[in-house]
Amino acid sequence: MKLPAFEYASPETVEEAVLLLSAHPGEAKIISGGQSLLPTMAYRLAQPRLLVDLGRIASLARVEIGETEILIGARTRWADIERDPQLLQAHPLLVEAIRHVAHYQVRNRGTVGGSLAHADPAAELPGIAVACDATLRIIGPGHERTIEADAFFLGPLSTSLAQDELILSIHFPVWPKDRRWAFQEFSRRAGDFALAGIALFYDHDANGRMSNVHIGAIGACQRPRRLFQAEAALEGRLAEDAAIERACQAAHDEVDPTDDIHASATYRRSLIATLLRRALRQSTGR
Amino acid sequence: MNLTQLSMKISFYLNNQAVTADVQPRTTLADCIRHDLCQTGTHVGCEHGVCGSCTVIVEGDAVRSCLVLAVQARDLHVITVEGLSAEQGLSALQAAFRKHHALQCGFCTPGFLTTAHALLTQEPEASRERIQEVLSGNLCRCTGYINIIDAVCEARASYVAIATGNSPARGAQ
Repeated sequence: MKLPAFEYASPETVEEAVLLLSAHPGEAKIISGGQSLLPTMAYRLAQPRLLVDLGRIASLARVEIGETEILIGARTRWADIERDPQLLQAHPLLVEAIRHVAHYQVRNRGTVGGSLAHADPAAELPGIAVACDATLRIIGPGHERTIEADAFFLGPLSTSLAQDELILSIHFPVWPKDRRWAFQEFSRRAGDFALAGIALFYDHDANGRMSNVHIGAIGACQRPRRLFQAEAALEGRLAEDAAIERACQAAHDEVDPTDDIHASATYRRSLIATLLRRALRQSTGR
Repeated sequence: MNLTQLSMKISFYLNNQAVTADVQPRTTLADCIRHDLCQTGTHVGCEHGVCGSCTVIVEGDAVRSCLVLAVQARDLHVITVEGLSAEQGLSALQAAFRKHHALQCGFCTPGFLTTAHALLTQEPEASRERIQEVLSGNLCRCTGYINIIDAVCEARASYVAIATGNSPARGAQ
């Protein structure tokens, strides 16, 4: 047996799931697709006493494109997002980023809620959530709350989710049709976690001047974050070489990578600047 | 609510046959298929979701069976490499693997076959680039991949024929 022993429950409702979590404080974990949790357990980095499986709670697997927001239920899989033609129209940046998540087989199991709760600093969805001003809907015993994605992620594998809470859904503001955007990430092998990545979008006036510039970084930071200095270097300007270079320098200076076995901090800083340059050039063609 | 780390009786469909097994919650679908149901075509490599050799098809989707708990497969349809061809002979995909020398030691082959079968069933006209991208989730240390990609590209024609109703379907799905 590869995995440590645990008890297992598969509740039919969200309320039952929350009850199970609150009855086993600190000992229970939610499992949905299991694509982050099970490898972590295989390494014995997590040894929960109880797994609460959301697999029977159908209401958590849904996508709703509304007038003011796009709702994606926590149990929605990457493959559901990739294959949704309406979502491609409604939020092209999200769909493009999700195509970079892990590998084909993992995208058939891995879920939105699992990725948000796992909070890997290099994961795509947390980065898109922060870059796009998304909010998360969370339920706990006797309460529901909404939190901005930017406030939800605290650090590597660390979030504001309490032990007896679970994520219900993520909500994105609707996406104007002529918005410009790009997603760029780099990993040495296809499907690996990115060494760094950039998600960006902006609106523009008739002359091409940029406004509402949002730039999100993953992989070269302790948690997904906006690059406000780089955004400021572009706000109100044309996407021309001088402005782009100032933004790239700002991004290089404001990310906070650390050295690890995959890449040095210096390399990741440089990579962020390169990816931002590529993303900005790519965005002007959209 | 019932909590248990003792054995649970589960039922699902393996290669279109109803099966039951007594498994602990921590039993992976891969181990259940191999040890409890004695279908050893599914190979177990890394056991943490990296190598792709344990890929099986659950409800039409290729998944890593080392990253699925057996208890999560309750009531679902699971297809393994044993289910890809009839008792005798090879499926068109398997025949293309033989023709193109798309395997040497064969350890990774069940994972490549199930992945490619699921892909071509869902996307019979997948581009070579798409095939390459999808197969990036499977490791092979013998072939250098080119022959595998050639084989899958050649097999597309038989899936297109099945999808358009121009061919008697071989295999279980």
